[in-house]
Amino acid sequence: MRWTARDLRSLAVGLAYLAPALFIFVVFVFIPLGRTFYLSFYNTRSTGLVTTFNGIDHYIDLVTSQTFRSGLVATGLFALYTVPLGIALGLILAVLLNQRLRGISVFRTMMASTIAISAAVGSLIWLLLFNPSLGLLNYVLSLAGVRGPEWLIQPTIAIIAVSITTIWLTMGTNIIVLLAGLQGIPEEIYEAARLDGARGARMFTRITVPMVSPSLFFLLVVDTVAVLQAFTQIHLLTRGGPVDATRTLVYSIYLDAFQNFQFGFASAESVVLFVLVLILTLIQFRFVERLVHYQ
Amino acid sequence: MSVRAVPRTGAIALPRERRPLPVRKFGSYVLLAVVSILVAFPLLLALSYSFMSESEIATFPPPVLPMHPSLDNYQKVLGAIPIVRYLLNSFIVSTAVVIGQLITASLAAYAFSFLVFRGRQVLFFLFLSTLMIPWEATIIPNYMTIRTLGWLDTYQGLAVPFMATAFGTFLLRQAFMQIPRELWDAARIDGSTTFRFLREVVIPLARPALGTVAIYGFLSTYNQYFWPLLITNETLMRTTQVGIAQLRFEESLRWGLVMAGVIMVAVPTLALLVLGQRQLIRGLTAGAVKG
Repeated sequence: MRWTARDLRSLAVGLAYLAPALFIFVVFVFIPLGRTFYLSFYNTRSTGLVTTFNGIDHYIDLVTSQTFRSGLVATGLFALYTVPLGIALGLILAVLLNQRLRGISVFRTMMASTIAISAAVGSLIWLLLFNPSLGLLNYVLSLAGVRGPEWLIQPTIAIIAVSITTIWLTMGTNIIVLLAGLQGIPEEIYEAARLDGARGARMFTRITVPMVSPSLFFLLVVDTVAVLQAFTQIHLLTRGGPVDATRTLVYSIYLDAFQNFQFGFASAESVVLFVLVLILTLIQFRFVERLVHYQ
Repeated sequence: MSVRAVPRTGAIALPRERRPLPVRKFGSYVLLAVVSILVAFPLLLALSYSFMSESEIATFPPPVLPMHPSLDNYQKVLGAIPIVRYLLNSFIVSTAVVIGQLITASLAAYAFSFLVFRGRQVLFFLFLSTLMIPWEATIIPNYMTIRTLGWLDTYQGLAVPFMATAFGTFLLRQAFMQIPRELWDAARIDGSTTFRFLREVVIPLARPALGTVAIYGFLSTYNQYFWPLLITNETLMRTTQVGIAQLRFEESLRWGLVMAGVIMVAVPTLALLVLGQRQLIRGLTAGAVKG
């Protein structure tokens, strides 16, 4: 495997084409990732200037910190409330949209509209809906005889409010991905099942769900990663409160780094976030690889 | 639920072809309309509230449609915050990111599809590995970099970090690989340079994929919140998302005004959704199917 002059020349040409993208990645992704690890072992001044080596103390602080542990719980609850329900709703709506009807694209656009809606816009609208006196949500609940909660003030409810907002925001993506999955199912499979006497619900659980399972799995990972990274909804709805009930991992990073100026400690939290996302994406890559081999 | 009984008889009468009966069809439309309105309801409500006066919004029970629709809130939001400037900022930054991404991603995708060199595989995996690194995990050092460069409150600070895209590179590579090799061989024989082939053959043929990357890049940059919140302090350098969110932290929340701002900020992206739906769907599903 010796490098000939031609090898080197073609590598140089290749690198020349890759250089602009590579430059951005090195400066804004790879080096910062390395620096996050580095900073997590150091103390810093409030300006971010590195002062003293701190070993793994930040990580020990993390493990023993009550705030951090409750933050992980909040993150977990957020994912638990958001992801399965969001995907299930998305699947139901996608099935509904997967009909051959004139004008169906109008409905598809309407239901997929949340794709284009930013988290900031969505959060501001839901902030109004959750408003105890002006919001429609509690009024509708009161019509049904239910006394609506103080959505953003009760700790156990606030995380649900953030989850509802997030489910709505991710609805468009979920629908489109699942609709594409549904459209990939060959019509013959349904024909055959129908000949065998399969009907509605059975058809759904025995054919539709297994056949779109790659899309379901894809969304499971992508939506969980999105929840791990969610910042805007929390910033605009609850600011991590009440009493840290919605202080997820990302929100902790923000508070510790940019409000408390504990860059070293916040970097240790960032490392945890990185590891979580890494594990999730690796699982997905493995799974996709297996799927490809099946075919 | 008389609608539910119909398809059964329909299925019996027409065992082979499932041609929807008129009644079944009507039921489908009603269901679709109701559900669509429910899903889009928060957005429709924001639109409706943007035409209401603050006193009307405060009435009980909460109103759904404006009694006396007016454009007052739009006028007021123009006076309350420099929203036109925010829109301009967001357009400048998002356009810059799109142009940057199109250039860096087509060059890289070209190297990964047409050029042959040792280490190509390794470099491709290096590109893909950036997909596993959440931006939020690198946000502290990136903030420091931008501050050191003196790029706080600048367009370059908002745009440059996002000018490369692994996802876009991957998408373009897939598109470039569909281009017949014969064209490449013929161009070589004709003495065309490597770069000219990219410019004159590959780019024009890959226009749909470039469209997908562009729409995707624009939407995701325009809708950013965390990064512009961190690196802009000056009012005039804020982007739309951070700009309208400021209204939420005012002493007295004027909901009609906030909703007028929300609509003004959401209209460009909604227009993009309607115009570029095909490209957007292609991008999203490429991720799901190809992984």
